[in-house]
Amino acid sequence: MAFTNDQLERYSRHIILKEVGAKGQKKLLNGKVLIIGAGGLGAPVAMYLAAAGVGTIGIADADEVDLSNLQRQIIHATKDVGKAKVKSAKETMNEMNPDVTVNTYRTYVNSENIMDLIKDYDFIIDGTDNFPAKFLINDACVMAKKPFSHAGIIRFQGQLMTYVPGKGPCYRCVFKNPPPKDAVPTCKQAGVIGAMGGVIGSLQAMEAIKYLLGIGDLLTGYLLTYDALTMNFRKIKLPGAAKDCGVCGEHPTITELIDYEQKVCEG
Amino acid sequence: MIITIAGVKKEVAEGIRVTDLIYSEKIESPEYVSVSINDDFVLREAFDATIVQEEDVVEFLYFMGGGSNC
Repeated sequence: MAFTNDQLERYSRHIILKEVGAKGQKKLLNGKVLIIGAGGLGAPVAMYLAAAGVGTIGIADADEVDLSNLQRQIIHATKDVGKAKVKSAKETMNEMNPDVTVNTYRTYVNSENIMDLIKDYDFIIDGTDNFPAKFLINDACVMAKKPFSHAGIIRFQGQLMTYVPGKGPCYRCVFKNPPPKDAVPTCKQAGVIGAMGGVIGSLQAMEAIKYLLGIGDLLTGYLLTYDALTMNFRKIKLPGAAKDCGVCGEHPTITELIDYEQKVCEG
Repeated sequence: MIITIAGVKKEVAEGIRVTDLIYSEKIESPEYVSVSINDDFVLREAFDATIVQEEDVVEFLYFMGGGSNC
């Protein structure tokens, strides 16, 4: 596959990097990333991956754009209120970069559909807000041997970690089981500063890009936390994969995907 | 005795249990925090029985949702 002149110009700032080059840019153009959740985290991930020329980007979300989303979900605009988030996201991404094929899945992820959703992708982004989905994504990625980036944001704080099969702990090694419904505050209840999605989502996009390029060190075995008020970033070393982990441990007890109780969607 | 909590050295009482440390550190949603000491996870069931030792490195790991608004 040869680059067109437009592509050489569009990706010139990538191609000039010795860690990327023409070869790396081709890897990106051949890369396939699935973003689950087109919200505060998914929006910047989708935009940076589209701009970077990641050739195939899937985006899954069942929701419609709400006015209260626009404070942070920068892929959507005022004119998009009421539109399916995946449609609005696709339109923005197509406008940004016609090289990118955007596959949309207007659905919530569940135990029935997730294996099918992730199977054709190289890397998965968890941009969801709820713990049933986060555990489902983790378990499905462990079972299907897919790498993924977990992230969470609330108030002035954010965190992320990267799971790569066979390298370091999975999300369940760290957090075991989802908290009961409403036990841990959500962004809707507690609030979140809009730019937090940009900070943490951009870091998730960076992890996907590094994974596709095969360069640098990923956040495997580390939890990166960010406190915007103190401006402290901490790269917390996590213990190794837990031998007794229910899904990735030596004797897994979770061999089928679980649909934990879903939080009622209030849009 | 001195231990390290979230990267910061801190004086705590000798013989303090993980459960007490979670209380004294005013951890939000204490029943759902994950804890590691010196690069090992401490099982939640073991919080009561686990005594923090001098120079231990303790990390609190929090559930964080966020992302797609649902």
